Amino acid sequence: MDKRVMKAKNMQQASLRSRTGKLTVQFFTYLFLIVMALIVLFPFYWMIISSLKTLEEYRLNVPTFWPKRIMFSNYAEAFTTANLGDLFVNTMIVGVSSTLLSLIITVLSAFAFARLEFKGRDTLFTLLLATMMIPGELFTITNYTTVTQLNWMNTYTVLVVPFLVSVFYIFLLRQNFLQIPNELYLAAKVDGTSDIKYLWKVMVPLALPTLISITILKMMGAWNSYMWPRLVANDEAHRLITNGLRNAFTTTSGDVNYPVQMAAVALVSAPLFLVFIFLRKYIMAGVSRSGIKG
Amino acid sequence: MVDSKQQWKAWLYLSPAIAILLVFTVWPIFNTVRMSLLEGYSGLKAAAGMTFEFGLGNFQKVIEYRRFLQCLQNTALLCVLTVPVSTLLALLIAVALNSIKPLQKILQTIFFLPYVTNSIAIGMVFAAMFNIVGSFYGTENEIIVTAGIINNVIEFFGGKPVNWINYGSTYVANITVMVVYIVWNALPFKILVLLGGLQSINKQYYDAAKVDGTPRRRVFARITVPLLSPMLAYVIITGFIGGFKEYTSIVGIFGEQMGPPDDAGRLNTMVGFIYDALSTNSQGRASAAALILFGIILAVTLFNNNVIKKHTHY
Repeated sequence: MDKRVMKAKNMQQASLRSRTGKLTVQFFTYLFLIVMALIVLFPFYWMIISSLKTLEEYRLNVPTFWPKRIMFSNYAEAFTTANLGDLFVNTMIVGVSSTLLSLIITVLSAFAFARLEFKGRDTLFTLLLATMMIPGELFTITNYTTVTQLNWMNTYTVLVVPFLVSVFYIFLLRQNFLQIPNELYLAAKVDGTSDIKYLWKVMVPLALPTLISITILKMMGAWNSYMWPRLVANDEAHRLITNGLRNAFTTTSGDVNYPVQMAAVALVSAPLFLVFIFLRKYIMAGVSRSGIKG
Repeated sequence: MVDSKQQWKAWLYLSPAIAILLVFTVWPIFNTVRMSLLEGYSGLKAAAGMTFEFGLGNFQKVIEYRRFLQCLQNTALLCVLTVPVSTLLALLIAVALNSIKPLQKILQTIFFLPYVTNSIAIGMVFAAMFNIVGSFYGTENEIIVTAGIINNVIEFFGGKPVNWINYGSTYVANITVMVVYIVWNALPFKILVLLGGLQSINKQYYDAAKVDGTPRRRVFARITVPLLSPMLAYVIITGFIGGFKEYTSIVGIFGEQMGPPDDAGRLNTMVGFIYDALSTNSQGRASAAALILFGIILAVTLFNNNVIKKHTHY
């Protein structure tokens, strides 16, 4: 055979081999990802189908993977057992007020650090960043005493005020503000625009994605906070949703009415998922942005 | 030139943040050190006018406390087990996700889902999955027997069911459940960061490797991992920091008693120890434990930083 033909044939074979090789790699990549995705999703699936089963069906020796009789009444029972309505209202009050106040404080501080010149600015900023390394529990011990002395126990104030300032959010927003050209600020000054107006009309709209990320993370924080509320405001009138859930279903092992418990868990998880579905972009941006701080 | 108008304006804008930070962040730092150095300090007794001697007694008491060593062991064990597993899994998933086109977005979303959950709430789901209802070894009048879905799966593959979290369960079984839950919880953040890192690697390196006919495994070891090393370092360090502060995930599965019904406190952690001391008004002991925790986190972070610096290509 001609050498050239042989070479061409070899190359063809090689490319065919590499193509089938590529296909197998692709197949196993997808297989791996899909299996992992199913494992990740399984607890959610199990939560939902368990929440719809009757107690008898849940206790079957051989589990069913789809409820025979769909029991929406579990949800009604969960809602009243855990008093989810009140807990939801409390959590929203704390979440919304702390988010609004926190946004104002964060915007003002980030603006000062990004745009204004004052003595000791960089030292102060470094000191603030250094506090991020300290575990929060270290603050809790003293703050517990402080809020007792302030007579803030069992109020909304105690759930809102101590966490209004997040150094991380100030840092995040300052980085964002720094990207906005200083010329805009100088031009606004020449026009005689006040700082507040400039912040509101220029900086805030330009930094909106970061502000939305902060809002969502802060709201999620209120929704998921557990330890501090349990210490300082665990009374009926101010209890937040995570504590309420844990208090209503204290036993986790043994003979528990799991369908109702799972319905309560699903109800508590649902708002988080809704927010995630609609605002996924902002959440993922906010979370991954924290990668800068390293 | 720093004009004075900007000076006072800056401090005005910073004043709310500084006021809150002074009360709830700066003062606690000093006060925690102070309380930890006053022997047997208690907020209640201090309010009653009692004075305390200066010394290292709190630290000594904490270290000699048997429960504390248990907490330290649990925390360290969970860290050492979960950080490597979750980092490796996240790396594999991120690399796999980065190499596909169809379905990439939807899979990425699914893998992020555990991040937007309430760790107490989903802990209760994991508890349900591992829980056994009724005596599994079947006494006669025991009718209710739900082995739990995890045990059902184990039996399906011919294994023996395990008592994971119930009365009489072993420490190894308890820790296994916690590792599974913590890894599941830790994956989303790690995948997100690593995938972001992978997507920012210049494609030219891969093209060059392709021209040279470099085998896949070599490309992974010689291009992907080194260029990803800053991100890997970041997820490992934050993983350890988060791991040493583990607490709510255990409350989610075992409840406030932090252990199976017959051995409360068996799975307690450093943070749990601090809260226990706080709830008995032993602020001195709580402060000492918090400072020890801070010291450990600092040491582990510096150690990681040093090791990583030697192997990282920035």
